[in-house]
Parts: sequence; structure tokens; C-alpha cells
Amino acid sequence: MQQTKSKIFLRGMRDGIPIALGYFVVAFSLGIHAKQAGLNWFQGYVMSFVTHASAGEKAGLISIGAGNTLWLLALFMLVANARYLLMSTALSQKIRPELSVWQRMVIGFCVTDELFGVSVAYPGYLDPAYLYGAALSAIPSWALGTALGIVAGELLPALAVTALSAAIYGMFLAVIIPPCRADKRLILVVAASLLISWLTDIIPAFAALSARVSGYESYRVIVLTVVISAAAAILMPHDEEVAQ
Amino acid sequence: MTQSAWLSILVMGVVSFVIRALPLTLIRRQIKSRFIRSVLYYLPYVTLAVMTVPAILHISENPMVGLVSLVASGVTAWFSKNLFLSAAVACIATLVMSIV
Repeated sequence: MQQTKSKIFLRGMRDGIPIALGYFVVAFSLGIHAKQAGLNWFQGYVMSFVTHASAGEKAGLISIGAGNTLWLLALFMLVANARYLLMSTALSQKIRPELSVWQRMVIGFCVTDELFGVSVAYPGYLDPAYLYGAALSAIPSWALGTALGIVAGELLPALAVTALSAAIYGMFLAVIIPPCRADKRLILVVAASLLISWLTDIIPAFAALSARVSGYESYRVIVLTVVISAAAAILMPHDEEVAQ
Repeated sequence: MTQSAWLSILVMGVVSFVIRALPLTLIRRQIKSRFIRSVLYYLPYVTLAVMTVPAILHISENPMVGLVSLVASGVTAWFSKNLFLSAAVACIATLVMSIV
């Protein structure tokens, strides 16, 4: 039995390696932004180890960089990470009902888009050892990537840092654009989001607001996210389950 | 800064953990509301879009740098579906546009 458990754990670690490689690159580009928000490599390592979420961490870094209150930071994190509610809910159907609360908390800690992906692909009930193995490959790589991104941000010349800081946006686009090909409603949602968000940048009334409201950028992203997502949900309800 | 940075990191970790762990522990029921499920489905697309534009346009003094980077990596994402390639194109476009 013990033998089998460790085999499953090792299989998880092996399946986590390709995830770890991808994470390293994403995290490195987040590290560039973490440096710009004023974090040192150790703070970046810890932040990424505990948070391990690209949208969530970028949200946190916007908030930290602007010196927002902790309440605003928490609200921003809630909105940027809310999709994990769906994943964890789906995952709760994929694990044995008798699993302890402690195990469930560790499983919860491990939920990311990609680790969720390999977990739902696991045949039958998910063996937690498999997820822990995959997470042990993936999450430290995410944290290390962030730390090295911060170091690179300190060492490289300004032009290289500017170029590298574009990487995270290229990745965000690579997350949101390809699904548009399969679900045409997403084209509308993404296009509307980009357009409305751009309008808030060029309409003078918003510039005036940004000068007066502390934490403006965080509020801007939170409000636009909630309003546009709610409008899309009303106009184009989504029926499929998240689990494949 | 240092102390508030650590407090911020603590808040980030706690909020992320609670969101991830809650549906597996205390609140173990399915999300019945189609509206809420739909909102959660669209949410990541909207957040990422809103955090990309206009931020990328402000990456350099000249907004053309970010615009070219945005279009180039967006088109790459549409055709390649490759995260790394799209990121590399964004970097290269920014670098080239900053030099010329």
C-alpha cells in the first residue's frame, strides 16, 4: 500500500514537470512586475508560494505598488481569484467524501488552473498523493521563477526590463484569446472588456477621478470586472459545467 | 514599505487560500445559481483583459510601443494558442518598437 502511494506521488511529480516549466516562465514575468511594485526576491518567492495565481498576483502587485489599503487588496484578490470557487467546487465532487478536513485544506491550497486540469483528468476519485506530487513540482517552480524575475529586474538594463514587462500581457492574451475560437460569446466579452477598459483610459472624467480617488486602479479593475461579467452572465448565460 | 509588503503578502495568501479551500471544506454544495456560475465563467476573461489594456499601452512613453506589442501578441495567441510564443512576441515587439 505504502509502495503504491509513493508511486502515485511520483507519478504526480512527473506529470507536474511540464506544468512547472510553464509556470517558471509565467512567474518570471510576474517577477519583473513584482520588482516594479517594490518587492525583493524573498518577498516575491513567498508571495508566489502562497498565492500561485497569475491574475491574482498581478492584482496584488497593482495594489501593493499603489500602496492600497489591505481591505482593498483583499477585495481585489477576491475578485481576481473568484474563478477558483468554481474549480474547488468541481474538485469537491472528484475526491472521496470521507477525506479529512486537513486533507481537503491541502487539496484546496494546491488548486490552480493547471493542477485542477490534471486532477479532473485523473481516473476515478482523485488520489490526493497524485495532486500533492504535481503541486510539489509546480508550485516551487512558480515561486522560484518569481524570485529570479525580481533579480533579473534588478540586474538588467531598463530597456530589457521594459521588454520583459510586456511578457505578462502576452500571456494574459494567450489565456483569454484562444478559447474565443471555441466559444464565440467570449469574443464579445473580451472585445467589450478591452474596449471599455481602454475608454476609461482616454475619457477625461476618469482621469479626473483617478487623481482624486486613492486606489483608483484597483477599484477600476474590480468594478469593470464585476459589471462586465455580470452583464455577460445576464445577456449570455453559461450552462456547461466547468469539469471536463 | 517592508512591513506593509509582508502584510500584503499575508493578505494575498489568506484570501487565495480561503477561496480555494472553502468549497472543499465548509461550504460543500454545488453552485446552483446559473447567474453566479455564468459570472464566474466570464470573470477571468474580463479581469485579464481589463488588466492588459490600458496597462500595456503605458509600458513606454510612446503608446505605439504597447499597441504594436498588444496586436502582435494577440494575433499570435489567436493562431498559435501557445502561451510562451505569445509572451515572446510581446517582448520582442516591445524591444523592437523601443529601439526604432
